Amino acid sequence: MSEKDDHHRHRDEHGSELSEMQLRERALETVLTEKGYIDPSALDAIIEAYETKVGPHIGARVVAKAWTDPAFKRALLDDASNAVLGLGIVNRVGDHLIAVENSPKQHNMIVCTLCSCYPWEVLGLPPVWYKSAPYRSRAVNDPRGVLADFGVTLPADTNIRVWDSTAETRFIVLPMRPAGAEGWGEEKLASLVTRDSMIGTGFPKEPSEAA
Amino acid sequence: MDGVHDMGGMHGFGKVEPEANEPVFHSDWERRLHALYRAMSFTGVWTIDQARFARERLPPDVYLASSYYKKWELGLEKQLAEFGLAGPDELAAGRALRPGKPLKRKLTAAEVPNTVTRGSFARPAKAPARFTPGDRVRTKNIHPATHTRLPRYARGRVGVIEALRGCHVFPDSVAIGQGEDPQWLYTVRFEGRELWGANADASLQVSIEAFEPYLEPA
Repeated sequence: MSEKDDHHRHRDEHGSELSEMQLRERALETVLTEKGYIDPSALDAIIEAYETKVGPHIGARVVAKAWTDPAFKRALLDDASNAVLGLGIVNRVGDHLIAVENSPKQHNMIVCTLCSCYPWEVLGLPPVWYKSAPYRSRAVNDPRGVLADFGVTLPADTNIRVWDSTAETRFIVLPMRPAGAEGWGEEKLASLVTRDSMIGTGFPKEPSEAA
Repeated sequence: MDGVHDMGGMHGFGKVEPEANEPVFHSDWERRLHALYRAMSFTGVWTIDQARFARERLPPDVYLASSYYKKWELGLEKQLAEFGLAGPDELAAGRALRPGKPLKRKLTAAEVPNTVTRGSFARPAKAPARFTPGDRVRTKNIHPATHTRLPRYARGRVGVIEALRGCHVFPDSVAIGQGEDPQWLYTVRFEGRELWGANADASLQVSIEAFEPYLEPA
């Protein structure tokens, strides 16, 4: 069968063409359901969790708390898994979550050169660029070049530390609190914390940019 | 294995292209496939390292040309065939041609909140840790044809033990079905110039998470 015929075979009732991947996923899901390995309602629940419950808003709350509560910040840097669990905003946190603190002397950046390890319990699923070859290849030898791709420039006298997530430890960056947000409460501060600032490819928003 | 998945330091992949307001998934099949993959992982037939090794063993041209979730799909299909759970004939037919194998467990919707967490990989140690923070170590120059978490760019390099992270399941062993063989895990920090030579950014340090068998005293 030619590739063209193959395409023609797979048109649904609306006449739209299904992509190869849609067909493969459907076939896989049907076979695994028929064999009794999976329950489709569990898939729906997983999708709901990742689209609506888990995401960088969790990490933002953690960072904002650390900015306002020195005891929490110490606990976070000491054992992030425990500290995040203690906040009560998530039911569970994986073991060995590690928070690394940015300072004027050191900027931290997280990568997984071997696959896609990412602290999803606090940041949700990783963006496509985090899992892409350009980021995975260059983060460890040209992090300033990578930052330039994000429009970010570090001061020349700031050292840069890249953490390659090669095991079941996971990292989250604790960015520096922006100036000009003195007296802000946790919730308002959390609105300044971007996902990229917790990976190390960006900075928090300036208070003037807050929604 | 020295595959194309081991990308640290490679040249030629171009710029990083962040997408503004990126959605969690870009299409419905990615959404379903991601969930399917997690539900199959929950059955406990294979470990996370076996799943990673399956993706690493995709042909290099396929690995590089496939989107992230397509790699997951292809890796999952490979795992299903290798563990005798579903054959390529069934996936081609789009229906089960043989009854399923009995599995230890099956994910229900009620259990999902408990699975949105990484598993625990810490295990009791068989012996005291060989290194302590501050020790200078050299990573071994090893090139196993099987799964390893020691990236190529950090082999045969001198670094410093920065932290002891506990004793964990050893991916190199569990990925090839040889048991968990728990090992001590360390954060090992290298100077950028040790990894990339004299012209490297002098302000750069890179760390890896290294299992004890990867290390020797320096």
